[in-house]
Amino acid sequence: MSFLNAFGSHLPDRRVSNAEISALVGTTPEWILDVSGIEERRYAADSDTVASLGLLAAQNCLANAGKTAADLGMILVASGSAPRFSPGPASQIANGLGLAATPAYDIPVASCGSLIGLALAAELAPRFGPILVIGAEIMSRCIELTPETKDTSILFGDGAGACLVDANSGFARIADSILSTDGASAEILKIENGRIAMEGRSVILQAVRKIPRVLNDLLARNQLAASDPIEWIMHQANLNLIERVALSIKVPKERFFVNVARYGNTSSASLLIAADEWRGANPGELAGPLVFTAFGAGLNWGALLALPA
Amino acid sequence: MEVQTRILKVLNTITKKEVGAGKDVGPAPEDSLFVSGLLDSFALTDFVAGLEEEFGISIPDSDLSARKFDTLNKVTAYVSARLG
Repeated sequence: MSFLNAFGSHLPDRRVSNAEISALVGTTPEWILDVSGIEERRYAADSDTVASLGLLAAQNCLANAGKTAADLGMILVASGSAPRFSPGPASQIANGLGLAATPAYDIPVASCGSLIGLALAAELAPRFGPILVIGAEIMSRCIELTPETKDTSILFGDGAGACLVDANSGFARIADSILSTDGASAEILKIENGRIAMEGRSVILQAVRKIPRVLNDLLARNQLAASDPIEWIMHQANLNLIERVALSIKVPKERFFVNVARYGNTSSASLLIAADEWRGANPGELAGPLVFTAFGAGLNWGALLALPA
Repeated sequence: MEVQTRILKVLNTITKKEVGAGKDVGPAPEDSLFVSGLLDSFALTDFVAGLEEEFGISIPDSDLSARKFDTLNKVTAYVSARLG
């Protein structure tokens, strides 16, 4: 058994409004808001790295948990935008935390990587000790702000989130998870040679089928119904997609936590940034079920259920 | 009713427009339904679901590519193949 113990996050200071990028991509701020629900996103400074953002989120999470890096048994770092494949940012973050022997591994899966990290950490924490799951992305270095790429480039922002998964204590018990991969559609969403390429319509087609299906499967095998008082935290890809998923599973969209308007799509960081903000607004004991879900490159998708501890 | 006529019926329902030759919106069989502005990403998901309902077919995840549903001719060919 494992628990969600604490969350943390870090967002770069630089806010990039729709007005700032709309001229570059040949559209209007209103169009960007209409197709994505995004009002602004954050872009990293030149001196930032995926690892430096992840380190700040990690330190924030440890402070929120009242723990130190020495308490950790493992670090898992999700990132699709890290500039170097191997070693990726996990070992740099561990080094930044002052750790010289704690295992630290990368999950190079854009968008869904943090969910994968949470699900793996739930299984591994009883064996290795407290696990810090981090999602860190500098997506602004994977896009080009041009009219030809506007459907993709307007969406993304930078940031990092973190979660401490502990086998002994926390505010929510991780009760179940489902992870899935479908490589048949791998080409529709990929980060290759430092550039993201996305067939947006196909991605939406796939996501609108796969996310509701996995949510319904997770609920059914845990004797829950979508109409139960569940809190939902989804990868912040696009407001319209979140609302479509809510509609598909017949849940009022207001039950889904949303912050995509302020940060855009921060890929694998978004789930944990959203969770950190949700937790800030919902301190104390968990009132009911909490469901996380994400979808992204791979294709990888899944869902995780947490219940009151 | 011909397959393409029934596809147009689904498009009419999804787009709330009269679609077809001589109607409000008349994409030629080879015109892109996306470039013409008839379908955006989310209307496409409704369109695919509408095709499943209209024709009593199940479209597998492996076929959920926008390229298969880009033009009336492509949609007609795909649905015809599914109907066998």
